[in-house]
Amino acid sequence: MNNTVILPMIIPVIAGLIMVIFRNNIRFQRLLSIFAILAVGAVSLLLMNQIRNEGIQTLQAGGWAAPFGITIVADMFSAILLLTTSIVSLFCLIFAFSSIGREREEHYFYPMFLFLISGVCGSFLTGDLFNLFVCFEVMLISSYVLISLGGTKLQLRESTKYILINVISSSLFLLAIAYLYAITGTLNLAHLSLRVAEAGQDGLMTTVAFLFLIVFSMKAALFLFFWLPGSYSAPPTAVAAIFAALLTKVGIYAIFRLFTLVFYHEQETTHFVIGILGAITMVLGAMGAVAYQDIKKILTYNVIVGVGFIISGLASFTSMGMMGSIYYLIHDILIKALIFLLGGMIIHLAGTSKLKDISGLIRNHPYLGWMFFVAALSLAGIPPLSGFLGKVFITRGTFEEGYYWLGAIGLITSLMVLYSIMKIFMNSFWGETYLSREMEKGTTNVSTMLPIGCLTVMTIALGLGSEGIHEYVQIATESMMNPILYIEAVMGGEPIR
Amino acid sequence: METSMSILIGVLFTIGTYLILTKSLLRIILGTSIISHGVNLLILTMGGLKSGGPPLLGQHDTTFTDSLPQALILTAIVINFAVTALFLVLSYRTYKTLGTDNMDQLRGIEDE
Repeated sequence: MNNTVILPMIIPVIAGLIMVIFRNNIRFQRLLSIFAILAVGAVSLLLMNQIRNEGIQTLQAGGWAAPFGITIVADMFSAILLLTTSIVSLFCLIFAFSSIGREREEHYFYPMFLFLISGVCGSFLTGDLFNLFVCFEVMLISSYVLISLGGTKLQLRESTKYILINVISSSLFLLAIAYLYAITGTLNLAHLSLRVAEAGQDGLMTTVAFLFLIVFSMKAALFLFFWLPGSYSAPPTAVAAIFAALLTKVGIYAIFRLFTLVFYHEQETTHFVIGILGAITMVLGAMGAVAYQDIKKILTYNVIVGVGFIISGLASFTSMGMMGSIYYLIHDILIKALIFLLGGMIIHLAGTSKLKDISGLIRNHPYLGWMFFVAALSLAGIPPLSGFLGKVFITRGTFEEGYYWLGAIGLITSLMVLYSIMKIFMNSFWGETYLSREMEKGTTNVSTMLPIGCLTVMTIALGLGSEGIHEYVQIATESMMNPILYIEAVMGGEPIR
Repeated sequence: METSMSILIGVLFTIGTYLILTKSLLRIILGTSIISHGVNLLILTMGGLKSGGPPLLGQHDTTFTDSLPQALILTAIVINFAVTALFLVLSYRTYKTLGTDNMDQLRGIEDE
């Protein structure tokens, strides 16, 4: 029992609720939201150290023992993702201060942002399938508001589709939960794992597993990504960045959790299909990224490639692949936020997202240009930046398992990613300078450049200093490959069947 | 009882799917709402409809009906209520701003 486990979930909610009362005091809202996110970051650091020293931390809400009460679990995988989440959301928040606009700030932007963070943290921490659904909904409803806040024509049109897709996939999620409950009679993840292991994962169970895979694929943009390019290009930059960084990752986390903890018995079926889906996702995403000449479209398709690549590590289901996936997940959260902020900055300066109308920005904005260059290399996984290590481990994992085609597709698509992102760099920063400083549609300032700079430094630091987090990633991999650790931590060694 | 419930759920899903595939935004929202009713009934049916007495202490039954599905449904209904309300308001706003509720015209143009 450890009460700190629940804090990352409730700190943002409480802060958000307080902010709703002080609607017009924007300065107070900004301070409180920064404070809340810093608190989440501090708590997740604390949790990481507790987990390293004492093993997986759990909280049985109200003192009700594991399969009956509500369980909240923090293993190293969750804690690492919590820390990354708080870092990225802090920078997106700072970016929002000067770019989001007074109108949105007065219409509950900050409370909604914090509710979103709370939903994300909750999804990472919950130890119960139904609570995962609830946390997903908290996250999604806040994202519905954030994507439509402002009410421009583009936003309204895209948010309608975004909500529709997610409402349907939530219904499917409940459907899958109902089937699983009928078969196993429990929804606690650890208990589910025990029961599935006991009864054996037969055809019926595997079918339900695939239903879950469909649901989470829709949220994670794994293969079912048709909704993503439209939706993620609609909201303002700060919101698009946090969406690209976090929302799909929560779906990925759910896939990882379910297919390492519960449905890991029929790997030649489930994990093979996951591998195929990952490969198709990477190829289609990379083709989209190469084909378009629009900054927003290229960036959104890059999100899709990243999803496919992270999933390849799970498909291999080796320690090496898993470790790669965790490294790459951390990297991907940081770099997707960074690249969306940079892309948004370019669009802000040039007033258009069409590549052919942008040229020569590096004359007036050298720092922006070089940071974009670093981010582009990191995105493609060039050493010594942060994307490299994850890419190496995932590729080795897929080779070890004999999925040579999967590793090869991963590497080929990284080249396509590099091409697509260099296309943005060369088109918008090189060439003749069309726009003088006075003609630019917007300006850079401290509040927008600080988060971009910090994230760039982080991607370099994560690449050079990956030794520093290796111990934590190792622990996370171990607990994912050995479900018994998770089960023992939750059930407390009691013989409940 | 379970069989007739299953048929009812199937009918609800059919109607919901049909409505979602139409072009009018309002019908689509009604379709999602009907599907979620189907899902709620499914959770209830999947838990077993009546397998004993009411789950109350102090009653003289030896077997109890599982009460967890009802707790799940209650939560699902509340969430669904909020989402549908938000969705309706947003679609009304979309209709006012864009002047159409036809999904074909909400597709978006390549160049804008």
